Amino acid sequence: MTNETLQNLISSWIPELEFTEADSQYLNITVKPDQLHQLMLQLKNNSETSFDYLFCVTGIDYEKELGVIYHLESTTFRHSIVIKVKTEDRENPTFDSVWNIWRTAEFHEREVFDFFGIIFNNHPNLKRLFLTEDWDGFPLRKDYVDEINMVIK
Amino acid sequence: MDTTTIKSNFKSEEYFINMGPQHPATHGVLRLLLTIDGEIIKKVEPDLGYIHRSIEKMCERDSYQQIVHLTDRMDYLSSHINNEAVCLTVENALQLEIPERVKVIRTILGELTRLASHQLWWGVMGMDVGALTTYFYGFRDRELINDIFEETCGARLTMNYNIPGGLMFDIHPNFVQRTKDFITHFKTKLPEYDRLLTGNVIFQKRMKGVGILSKEDAISFGASGPVGRGSGYSCDVRKHHPYSAYNQVTFNEVLKTEGDSLARYQVRIEEMWESMAIIEQLIDNIPEGEYKVATNAVIKLPKGEFYQKVETARGELGVYINSTGTKNPYRLKFRSPGFSNLSLLNHIAVGGKIGDLVASMATLDLVIPDIDR
Repeated sequence: MTNETLQNLISSWIPELEFTEADSQYLNITVKPDQLHQLMLQLKNNSETSFDYLFCVTGIDYEKELGVIYHLESTTFRHSIVIKVKTEDRENPTFDSVWNIWRTAEFHEREVFDFFGIIFNNHPNLKRLFLTEDWDGFPLRKDYVDEINMVIK
Repeated sequence: MDTTTIKSNFKSEEYFINMGPQHPATHGVLRLLLTIDGEIIKKVEPDLGYIHRSIEKMCERDSYQQIVHLTDRMDYLSSHINNEAVCLTVENALQLEIPERVKVIRTILGELTRLASHQLWWGVMGMDVGALTTYFYGFRDRELINDIFEETCGARLTMNYNIPGGLMFDIHPNFVQRTKDFITHFKTKLPEYDRLLTGNVIFQKRMKGVGILSKEDAISFGASGPVGRGSGYSCDVRKHHPYSAYNQVTFNEVLKTEGDSLARYQVRIEEMWESMAIIEQLIDNIPEGEYKVATNAVIKLPKGEFYQKVETARGELGVYINSTGTKNPYRLKFRSPGFSNLSLLNHIAVGGKIGDLVASMATLDLVIPDIDR
């Protein structure tokens, strides 16, 4: 499916989605946190989109906002799409987990939690993955203070 | 003592044991927390981070030329292909026209890397299931590839031969002849692998029907590389999103539908034949021309997001770069194949025995620095 037909189809499901193709090779959709799970479920289960392969989950700190970027591909149609979700709440950034849609998200979301402190609702085992349990702070956030100078400037 | 006391003394209970981080079968510093009932595995929980070096954080500090060198230290058995992934992302972002010579040389070196990685995997996987000889056979042949790398790239493991824009320097005059000699040699040696191990009854019984992964689960868990293809899931990046010179060569994507450990094993063995076929098609036709195009000393990517995937020996490596137009990436993420492949270990090991876990893990071909990054 081309990006244009994808956009027409997906915008008919949920209004208020932001679509952009600027500065990226994929079609990017920005979705509100409370609509994330609904959109993801439909992207996976709809027979025309059938995005069954979640190949990359990236946490990102936009300084004002915290976000997660999902890269999806369909193994049937071989089209790809990027879903973005953002929140301005830096104290308790929370999104719905998509691990019950794609099992691979379980580990990827734990990684995002570990480095960005983003909490995923309904995640079965949300705890630190690489760092120790008593680690203070979230190192990939832009405002993280690297006190022991672990990454030498 | 009445019978009830005896029964309660022998009641079956779940208990935990640690496997690793210094266990030889985990090939590196992977710690697995096993929940066990007798010898039956109830749960496998990987504990990661023993070799986490915050590569993604370091990338936010480094220039694009420097980042290439960090990628060697992820999946060190696919170092050449990792280098290529970052270089391709940067080159695509800058819209550089890469000479055909570079594309062909990168493809040949990439396939040699895959061969070397599969040889090492075959050697240690045999050892994991108790066949010591395979180790020496695997390393004997891998040595010849390392010699080729040493002569052309100057290094045997961490090649650093790719740079954004092309190659660090031109290939060694002996490269073509030595590669051809290696292919001739290895064509007589690869059948030995089958004679020595594949048909062995003990080996077959340890592998067949063990660690079964269905195609649906493979996709859902984000499996890639030989792990996905052993479950009949067509996931070869070289076929679906060709890069470098892969659109100029003909090769088969090896697919097996059984989804067990033996299928994953066979996919890798057959892939070695395909890799040799790819090299043979290219080695006599390396185009003349430049080995690099000039880039600025300080590379600044345009503002935007860039994603590139390549097929390493372990599967799909993705590089995501978010650039704000400066000389460092704003955010760089490596989607490593081993990370997703490890996440399905619990799924395929539950219900089996500890010995089966070792065999399944060997066919996942995990490289821990690739998982931890």
